[in-house]
Amino acid sequence: MTAVAFQRALDLVTRVRGVRGAMLVELGDGVVVAEHLMEGIKGPAVAALAASLANRLGRAMEAAGLGAGVYWHLQASEGALLAVPAASGILVVAVTEPEVNVGLVRLELLRAAQAVT
Amino acid sequence: MADDVKALSAQLAQDPNSLVFLRLGEMLRLKGLLDAAHRVALNGLERHPHSADAHDLYARILADKGDFERAFDEWDMALRIAPTHLGALKGLAFLYFKVGDVAQAAAHLDLAQRAAPGDPSVEQALAMVRGGEAADAARGVGVASAPASPTAGAPPAAAAPMEDARVFAGLEGAEEGLLLLDSSGRVLGGTLRDPAGQDVSDAVAAYLAGVSQEAGRTAKLLGLGSWTGLAAEAGAGHVHLAQPTGDALLLVVRDRAVPMGRLAILAERAAQAARRWLEQQA
Repeated sequence: MTAVAFQRALDLVTRVRGVRGAMLVELGDGVVVAEHLMEGIKGPAVAALAASLANRLGRAMEAAGLGAGVYWHLQASEGALLAVPAASGILVVAVTEPEVNVGLVRLELLRAAQAVT
Repeated sequence: MADDVKALSAQLAQDPNSLVFLRLGEMLRLKGLLDAAHRVALNGLERHPHSADAHDLYARILADKGDFERAFDEWDMALRIAPTHLGALKGLAFLYFKVGDVAQAAAHLDLAQRAAPGDPSVEQALAMVRGGEAADAARGVGVASAPASPTAGAPPAAAAPMEDARVFAGLEGAEEGLLLLDSSGRVLGGTLRDPAGQDVSDAVAAYLAGVSQEAGRTAKLLGLGSWTGLAAEAGAGHVHLAQPTGDALLLVVRDRAVPMGRLAILAERAAQAARRWLEQQA
């Protein structure tokens, strides 16, 4: 895929009101593939942690017999991090404000995940 | 009594909004006509959703049918509406007693005694709870001994299957699907089973070691404040992670039929129970 295609996928997510930024992360090694984040955010560090979290939780869900993870939502007091894995092994991540429409962001994350597959 | 049922049914038919459904539902329950009582209570609840008595009636019927999880929810709702509701306090005491949490059972009966000093049923239940007579305690709080339950009629030791279950006593899925672990991935309470029924608590807990720290660091790096929950969807179920205390983690697992929002509420309730339990252990 081209950088433009990745950027288009990110745009699907960042155009939702309340989304502060988005990134594409290689799920296996936590490396940033593309990003559209706010100023001052350490993309590589966040990517590594997000991938690690998704992997840990994914392994726990597999061990529980629930199958592969299809959506993650880390809720915090001042916002949230939402993520959806693509079949290509890329994790599509959104960083949001507290009052965002989570359902809408989830839908756009799923669309973006399809776009980067 | 059959005539009474007929008369009350006729009254209710004449005025569907009346509170006579409370008497009719209870009468049907006492006669053992649980399906009919269930219908009457549900119809009444639809018309009177803010009636603590209606939730109490429904909870009694659910308890008689052996559906203790939903009975707990209904009595919990009754107490939210009326914090000193005698029936709800006695009902919750019964459920706590059933899972062996004598302290919580006695605490609820103490509150019931304060709400209704001298009530013989509360005094009887308190005496029985302290004496450990399960069936008598159930009679004391006015609930049948629930023949559908595998622990019905069993002595308290058998009704409290293990220390782990007590952490989440009375909560929905108290004996499976709730797991409390420490930051190093050791199970503190609860049980998790895979769809085949195999206990996977230790394996899942091991994978979750360190999740709390990573979630905290991720939220901090992004300027999101402190993390309050981590939810995930998988092919065959939903999970929700909460942090009852700084060094404990709580996992709630349910099938995909349970919406994520509902799961978050369950997790919050379970986290409160876990927090209380951890404080007692300290």
